[in-house]
Amino acid sequence: MIDGVVTGEEDGRSPPLRREEVSPENMRKGGGVKIVVGDKGQSQASFSLRPWRHCGFHPIGEMGFSKDQLLDRLQAQQIQFSKYEHPVVMTVEALAKYVGHIKGGLSKNLFLKDKKHRFYIVSALADTKVDLKVLSQRLGLGKGGLRMAPEEAVAEILQVPLGCVTPFALLNESARHVSLLLDQGFKTQECCFFHPLSNDTSISLHIQDLDMFLNSVGRAVAYVDLEANPPVGKDQPPDLAALVPSDTLSITDVLEKTASLQVDSGVNSKPASVTAKASKLSSGSHKEKLANSAKSSSSFADPEKLIEEILEKASAVVLSEIKEENIKQHGEQLGAVVSSSIRKNLSLELKNLATMFKNTAYTEGFGAGTRCPAKRL
Amino acid sequence: MEKEKAEQEEQVVNPWEVSAKGTGKIDYDKLIDQFGCQRLDKSFVDRVFRLTSRTPHMFLRRNVFFAHRDFNEILDAYERGEKFYLYTGRGPSSEALHLGHLVPFMFTKYLQEAFKVPLVIQLTDDEKCMWKNLTVEESKRLARENAKDIIACGFDISRTFIFSDFDYVGGAFYENMVKVAKCVTYNKVVGIFGFTGEDHIGKISFPPVQAVPSFPSHSIYWGMGSDDASGHSNFVDAMMRQDPYFRMTRDVAPRLGYNKPALIESLFFPTLQGETGKMSASDANSAIYVTDSQKDIKYKVNKYAFSGGKDSVENHRKYGANLEVDIPFKYLSFFLDDDEELEHIRKEYARAAVTDEMVDAFMAVRPLPNMFN
Repeated sequence: MIDGVVTGEEDGRSPPLRREEVSPENMRKGGGVKIVVGDKGQSQASFSLRPWRHCGFHPIGEMGFSKDQLLDRLQAQQIQFSKYEHPVVMTVEALAKYVGHIKGGLSKNLFLKDKKHRFYIVSALADTKVDLKVLSQRLGLGKGGLRMAPEEAVAEILQVPLGCVTPFALLNESARHVSLLLDQGFKTQECCFFHPLSNDTSISLHIQDLDMFLNSVGRAVAYVDLEANPPVGKDQPPDLAALVPSDTLSITDVLEKTASLQVDSGVNSKPASVTAKASKLSSGSHKEKLANSAKSSSSFADPEKLIEEILEKASAVVLSEIKEENIKQHGEQLGAVVSSSIRKNLSLELKNLATMFKNTAYTEGFGAGTRCPAKRL
Repeated sequence: MEKEKAEQEEQVVNPWEVSAKGTGKIDYDKLIDQFGCQRLDKSFVDRVFRLTSRTPHMFLRRNVFFAHRDFNEILDAYERGEKFYLYTGRGPSSEALHLGHLVPFMFTKYLQEAFKVPLVIQLTDDEKCMWKNLTVEESKRLARENAKDIIACGFDISRTFIFSDFDYVGGAFYENMVKVAKCVTYNKVVGIFGFTGEDHIGKISFPPVQAVPSFPSHSIYWGMGSDDASGHSNFVDAMMRQDPYFRMTRDVAPRLGYNKPALIESLFFPTLQGETGKMSASDANSAIYVTDSQKDIKYKVNKYAFSGGKDSVENHRKYGANLEVDIPFKYLSFFLDDDEELEHIRKEYARAAVTDEMVDAFMAVRPLPNMFN
């Protein structure tokens, strides 16, 4: 059963509403209670089942900003905003149920990624049509260059729950290189709604204030006419090309941080993906690819990890070859068979690994050398 | 030869356009005759095997690299213990490199390893700025992005130098450009490249830029010093349609006192939809990226093979319908070969490791003392 729900509408008297704590008791019972009080005295209340379900933060080293931290900051900068709490919403339609009647433009926020693992937030008025194909071309990424970013990225890079993509996420260090595109249409609105890093709340503020706030933390903001469809061709370069983030380092940074989390699910459970079994290779999930590249990129800089990886791959091949049928078939020759299998399957890959390792070491040396202060004679 | 003709009597192959006659395939034999280069036959492949003591690259075995100029002389030089270096390049007109773009680089990497020679990679951002009307900033940015994909192919930094024209042209390089330019008349360059009176002068003066890296002069060859290097040969690895540049370069070389660059050429690997060189103009879904899974690749090829016959609108689509299904499909069957599949998956790892610092290191002018080791 759900405790303590009070609805203004229900008894028609609009008693003053309080915000009630969500206790573990409530949650375990399957009911979460949120009683909502808007800043301006509006009230809504509703039930929600397990309201925290989607708010799972990945326990990465640096926690992202919290909603309260953000709101404190806004207040410190004397930015006017109105806050509305409501049950967790995952879509604009759901949000509209709670704040749709309030003046202001609702925003829909898309978290996108391109083929080179660069990320973008496109924040638009709910009615603005956003065509990813057109946007992709305007950014100079080709027609199919933009996709919705995977769910893990929302948590890892933006450090917000699913359904909570918001320009405010750019506050986080991990979102350093995410490019923000704001709908020009926001400028025509008196105020616009965004999630302040949590999808059980929305704040409405003037878009200029959002702009100013992001600038104050060193983040650039670009206004784009999202519905425009200028031709992009030989003589008309992509008009939004400047908005493509120039640094792709962030993905490796983030990957390295999450490597320890994902390794278990990704790499160790499928060592055979390294061997030449074609069918298994094609099932490599995106997550696995991320995990693998995270693991590998750190093994390029660290001799211990490099050797670990080499031994792991070699062991995997050995283990896969030592099977009953092979033992029966080859008997004493199994050693030679396994040995040549290792060579066949791994030599190309290990050579590439070693080359990258060498290149990485050289790069480090080069960096050090060029930054060395001149020797005093 | 004008670009974008409505009807073609002959097939057109120049650095900016490739199209077959009518609806047919590219006639490579005719091309070889027309250009005056030679076919790369099995005896070469065997010789490479003997000289390098390793299996020749698949692209040689399967005739993806099928034509050459003076490759035998390079092999002779190698046998005598003389040195040569490799030169290849990329016109950075699009963001992500797809499979077709990477084929020459994969092959170049093999050459670098097999013969243990240094490599120069030129990124012609100026060319793309001119031909594709990109801004200078955009073309420089694309050059850097492409450099990352190229580095991820696994080139050895201690014997590889990558440069972009915008960053590097000047000084000794420019001196060589002028020397080359003085040897080529206006009429000649028009004849080779098909320029017209409407083309801007940037285009007309571009060819020397692509010619200069073929000469092992001081500007390219630091660690060795120009004296040692002048006798060295150069081996260029390019796509067939770049041949005009190298015909011009080979013509000029003896007049400047250099060996003629030898050349090895590959088939075209355009996007599945046809060679525009510009991914953004065509449907990106019909190009194969190195990040595509085997399933994606199969899907894309099947989809194209299926719809290929119906399209008869654009010339390069027609060209695409036949050739693209034939060659890439055949080529793609290579990817069912275990090693290659691993190679493509492996690239995903390597790419993440290519940092901006690494790009800077590859593109820095620095001595390469071990480039022949």
